[in-house]
Amino acid sequence: MPTRPSPPDKPLGATSQCDDATQNPASQPRRSFLGGLLTAGAAGVGALLIVPAIRFVLHPVLAKTTEKSWSDVGKVDDFQGITAPMQRLVQIEQLDGWRRTVSQKPVYVARDSAGQITVLSAVCTHLGCTVPWVDKQNKFICPCHQAIFDPSGKLLGGPAPRCMDVLPMRIEQGVLKVQYQYFRQLTPKKEVIA
Amino acid sequence: MDTNRGDQSNGSIITRLIRWNDARTGLNSLLHHALDEPVPGGAKLAYVFGSALLFLFLSQIATGVLLAMYYVPSADHAHTTVSYITKEVSGGSFLRGIHSYGSSAIVIVLLLHIIQTFIYGSYKGRRELLWVVGCILFALMLGMSFTGYLLPWDQKAYFATTVGTNMLSEVPVVGSWLKQLLRGGTEMGTLTLSRFFVLHVFLIPGVILLFVAQHIYLFRKAGAAGPISADPIKPNLPTEPFYPKQLVMDMGFALLIVIFLGFLAWKVPVMLGPKADPSETVFLPRPEWYYVPVFQYLKYWKGWTSIIGILVIPGILGLLLVGLPFFDRSLERRPWKRPLSIGTFSAVFIALAFFGFQSHRDDMKSPGVAAQLQKQKQHEEEFMKAPFQAEVEGSSGVGASMNPQVGKGQGLFTAQGCNACHGENGVGTAAAPKLAGIGSKYDSAKLESLLKAPTTAMQLGGMEAVDLKQEDMDALVAYLQSLK
Repeated sequence: MPTRPSPPDKPLGATSQCDDATQNPASQPRRSFLGGLLTAGAAGVGALLIVPAIRFVLHPVLAKTTEKSWSDVGKVDDFQGITAPMQRLVQIEQLDGWRRTVSQKPVYVARDSAGQITVLSAVCTHLGCTVPWVDKQNKFICPCHQAIFDPSGKLLGGPAPRCMDVLPMRIEQGVLKVQYQYFRQLTPKKEVIA
Repeated sequence: MDTNRGDQSNGSIITRLIRWNDARTGLNSLLHHALDEPVPGGAKLAYVFGSALLFLFLSQIATGVLLAMYYVPSADHAHTTVSYITKEVSGGSFLRGIHSYGSSAIVIVLLLHIIQTFIYGSYKGRRELLWVVGCILFALMLGMSFTGYLLPWDQKAYFATTVGTNMLSEVPVVGSWLKQLLRGGTEMGTLTLSRFFVLHVFLIPGVILLFVAQHIYLFRKAGAAGPISADPIKPNLPTEPFYPKQLVMDMGFALLIVIFLGFLAWKVPVMLGPKADPSETVFLPRPEWYYVPVFQYLKYWKGWTSIIGILVIPGILGLLLVGLPFFDRSLERRPWKRPLSIGTFSAVFIALAFFGFQSHRDDMKSPGVAAQLQKQKQHEEEFMKAPFQAEVEGSSGVGASMNPQVGKGQGLFTAQGCNACHGENGVGTAAAPKLAGIGSKYDSAKLESLLKAPTTAMQLGGMEAVDLKQEDMDALVAYLQSLK
């Protein structure tokens, strides 16, 4: 009696426990097709979901920087007649993620060499001390290391590397506004850092 | 025949890399072990819930880690940060939605997983520990949703958790102590939030991971139980490896869940209500939907009987659930041959569904309650529509609300450059000591004289005499006195 040849391919549900891709080459194409389908599907949905995740993480980098804020210094008329620099405190607002910090910064309303109104940062260009106006000597004299500036903010002497920093200003409906900025210290050239 | 050594020089760089890695890690055999898991009787859609749960848990970890990037667990910032995530951060509302809806999805799939295991009798045949670990995971998952619910610190989170933690005080003897332990005090507050955050983010997830590993290990040790016709100890059915068919079913189901969650998170943004206001007296807290039946059930127990309702009955039910494979020891798996266990299980389930329905009906029946709930919903919608409000923190912005003399002194403090060395608000820097609290050390006259004529020690430290008009000097001294 001839022995029957064993069936070439057993139905899938009947494969034994030790069945493995290497032992049953017939199941290979099927495995790789389903595997491919699976990988493609997972990759597609994964890619779709990774986009919001990446945008979420990069939000602080990609978000549009808030428009530069202008702070009120005072009415222009108050400054028309000034002969010496006048100190004013401006309120500056900074957005720090979910919080908004409000701080007061001193600025000087002064006249530049041409006699035009200008706004100076009170931060010393040397090491960042607040420079007071000394009326008796008609000079700005920094208490920290004796940097000296003239009434227009020009450097007269001391360790400071450059003149006092002029802030961007504009006049809107009779109100003098300034855009407060921070500058790098100890450099001869004025450089905005924030 | 060449040996292993020769093999390594064959094949593409990728196959060689895989082989190199496998020789050191055994990753391939591990993968084979995972993928060739024998499924008695072949792959079935009924078996997809376990891996879907694992997948959902991983998704919760991923979205949770992302949310924690912006979240702050403190009563004064939590709500702002969640509002920031929801309204400002790109993709924030979506990811929060996936996380929030994901928690509901876990509860649903968990119930399906339990129902499938129960109906199939898959807890039978040396699977007691597997079942017990599963029950522990169920409890931990409920703990996750309970602790996570408070984190947004909006009205409903605050009041629902107040009620939830209040229930602890019903526990005899240690009840009020337990409540205090969980709340970090007698009342709800920022310490409650910190505790819930630690439980939600570190403690419970860590324990869940340990038990998930144990659950999977015990499952593979016992082997898949297969269909109800199979013997649970030695399934006498032909098997099919887990990969590819069962894996495709599992993945397909997981993909379906993800697509559904993504669609829901995108189309129905998850809400955030107004910030928690503990002084509010009319707010009606309603828990997350899956806690509603329990919430309703607890309403029926008043006074001394509440011990029975809150402790005895849930205790017995819990014991019945956890101890099921110990009580129900027969190897019979067909549901129609197990009327007692199937009947009890169904009765509890129907009762819970009834309580849920009853809760909704109670709310709608009372016009006052319905109106209040409607109002709360409206407040939530209004809050969602309002633009994001950043928290204002003034380092010196408090000036407007303070005594004008002090405000003027603060200006002088900055104008005189005092802040250059003593720091903003006199907090102190490396260059000079802090001035906060100096008012308790010196009176105003002494402060003034020190400012006008600093001591030698002060002068050596860089302090200069302050020369001001008397009115300005008074303001500066008033400001220094105000520094706390």
